[in-house]
Amino acid sequence: MSAQPGPRPRVGLFATCLVDLIRPSVGFAAAKLIEASGCDVVVPSQTCCGQPAFNSGDRRTAKALAWQAIEAFEGVDYVVAPSGSCAGQLKKHVPELFEDEPELSRPADAFAAKVFELVSFLVDVRGMKAVDARFDGAVTYHDSCAGLRELGIRAQPRALLESVEGLTLTEMKDSDVCCGFGGTFAVKYGEISDAIVAKKADNISAAETGTLLAGDLGCLMNMAGKLQRLGRPVKARHVAEVLAGMGDEPAIGEPQGR
Amino acid sequence: MNAHSTSPAFKENAHRALHDPALQRALGNVETGFIGRRKSAADKLPEFEALRDSARDIKNHTLAHLDLYLEAYEAKVTAAGGHVHFAPTADDATAIVADICRRVGAKTVAKGKSMISEEIELNAALEAAGVQPVETDLGEYIIQLRGERPSHIVAPVIHLNRDQIEADFRRVHTKLPPERDLSAPESLLAEARGALREKFLAADVGITGANFLVAETGTSIIVTNEGNGDLSQTLPKVHIVLASIEKLVPTLEDASQMLRVLARSATGQEITVYTTFSTGPRRPADVDGPEEYHVVLLDNGRSAMLAGEFREMLRCIRCAACMNHCPVYHAVGGHAYGWVYPGPMGAVLSPSLIGVDKAGHLPNASTFCGRCESVCPVRIPLPKLMRHWREREFERNLSPAPVRSGLAVWGFFARRPRLYRFATRAAMGALSLLGRRKGRFGALPLAGGWTDTRDFAAPEGSTFQARWSAERRAR
Ligand code: SF4
Repeated sequence: MSAQPGPRPRVGLFATCLVDLIRPSVGFAAAKLIEASGCDVVVPSQTCCGQPAFNSGDRRTAKALAWQAIEAFEGVDYVVAPSGSCAGQLKKHVPELFEDEPELSRPADAFAAKVFELVSFLVDVRGMKAVDARFDGAVTYHDSCAGLRELGIRAQPRALLESVEGLTLTEMKDSDVCCGFGGTFAVKYGEISDAIVAKKADNISAAETGTLLAGDLGCLMNMAGKLQRLGRPVKARHVAEVLAGMGDEPAIGEPQGR
Repeated sequence: MNAHSTSPAFKENAHRALHDPALQRALGNVETGFIGRRKSAADKLPEFEALRDSARDIKNHTLAHLDLYLEAYEAKVTAAGGHVHFAPTADDATAIVADICRRVGAKTVAKGKSMISEEIELNAALEAAGVQPVETDLGEYIIQLRGERPSHIVAPVIHLNRDQIEADFRRVHTKLPPERDLSAPESLLAEARGALREKFLAADVGITGANFLVAETGTSIIVTNEGNGDLSQTLPKVHIVLASIEKLVPTLEDASQMLRVLARSATGQEITVYTTFSTGPRRPADVDGPEEYHVVLLDNGRSAMLAGEFREMLRCIRCAACMNHCPVYHAVGGHAYGWVYPGPMGAVLSPSLIGVDKAGHLPNASTFCGRCESVCPVRIPLPKLMRHWREREFERNLSPAPVRSGLAVWGFFARRPRLYRFATRAAMGALSLLGRRKGRFGALPLAGGWTDTRDFAAPEGSTFQARWSAERRAR
């Protein structure tokens, strides 16, 4: 673990809708990692980053939600989200939404500059080189599209996973190819989405690991849902859970057993 | 023109494609072939990324001064003895071509590969005018035999397997011995060459597309790997170049830069096998060449794009890298898109050319994975432009009602954080109880698109925000 000198920065954790609603444990894992990197974590009252509206062509709602997030996270040093997709929305697309409005574009740009995806924040901003965690078994890692192509996240999660005791990483074929989730696409064009995730499921199975990791809960739910429907034994988890040493809780779509 | 399009039936088309085993087998070739070849070509050239920047800049500059470059180009072609015809619409373009054919008494026209010809449905127009069009590109020739449309802008028959093509040849080339061996791809090519050679010689008019038009010299450039482009423009007495207005580049130097990114992005070649330049009719000292040289410049909605938010799409050089890397294209193939231009480039271009009311599905049928943009040689922000179409559809109330109302409900709660926290906490608690035993749902109301084929994870219970404030307060 690394702790940089100086006062502890205040990080606003943007949990994302899916983590807030479906898998709160990812939020706790993220908070634990951010704290371990030498920061304080706050969780301002929040809803959605606006991406579903933005990608459905509803700019007005997207703007309203973006502005809500900008105001909610005033006063923090960083805004960190355990999702490349939501972080990409806040970092890359929020400024686009306000680019024609001079008074709003300055705060929007300043906000965007503070936004980071969790794992790249830990590695690139906080200089974290290793985590204090153990996970026994082989994992394979899927590169979610927005994190990979909008934010350049590829090496960072692999670097931290290397440091997890007992873990071996086996790359799957085409780890950088879309899983077919695409937000509302997965429901609107369910049949095509399914054909894409079926290929992904085959590549995951072929890697012959017990666990699938990724940095975005939407993609993970899609892949887990397909693997489970196909009766494949691979368990899916958010990468933060494993990095935070919380990889022994029930996997995505598994019964709670508590 | 009323473009013949099945784009409104995209979902049905996609359904059929997903259940067509021969098509699915053929589509495997897109992923295995193009992607690796492009990557190794790009990796071998250290300045490839810089070349992409300059390709983008060349196109941006040209589009910013398109009127001037069009004028300069026209002046050069005219000075070389050729004729330039401006065609505002597809119908104008087909009429111009048909008139030329009629005037010279053409019976047969030899055609090189041209997507513009597909766009304006030239073959149908020629046949109506009593002229027989003969496709000389192997892929286009097969398409013509089958009465189909290309499914890919570079490899028109990528949706077919070799055995299907062999069956077509046996069906059509009835004068050849039935026991001949057509098991090798080269034998198919040789047989097509043989069939085409006679037609080349008989053709009165040759029609080619153009990859680039050079303003500085009045030259049109086409690239092929078969050399048919050469033949269709040098053998017949009349050569017609069919091109859209955004094919212009200022200089030969610019064109050669564009060629370097085009071949690598399209097929992973450093340069295509044939790069053919043509400038005007045959001069007295030339050994061959046409007596007449015409250029038909098609607009068909493009100048309107110049002024609007889809202008960047006019940089497209039709390399097909975007569709070669598209997971949706890999799943359903090109025909599902329902019109001439498939894949990500078609998802942006088709609504501009045939209307978003017809092509509205196309910009929606994307996961926005961004792989297209990451390989586009002229750096067109394809997902962003698709999103612009979604915005237009949303403004015009064209998006499907369930999507709109679902989003409206979501938006209502998401804009009211207190209400959101209250409602979601209750809802997730209930859902979690329902899904507790299995940890997931096999079916959910309103989400059949998902749960027909995939399970849906049940929530852990409560929400992160509720748990966080409870646990942190307890500390
Ligand atoms: S949009 Fe880009 S990648 Fe697609 S065909 Fe055009 S130039 Fe090629």
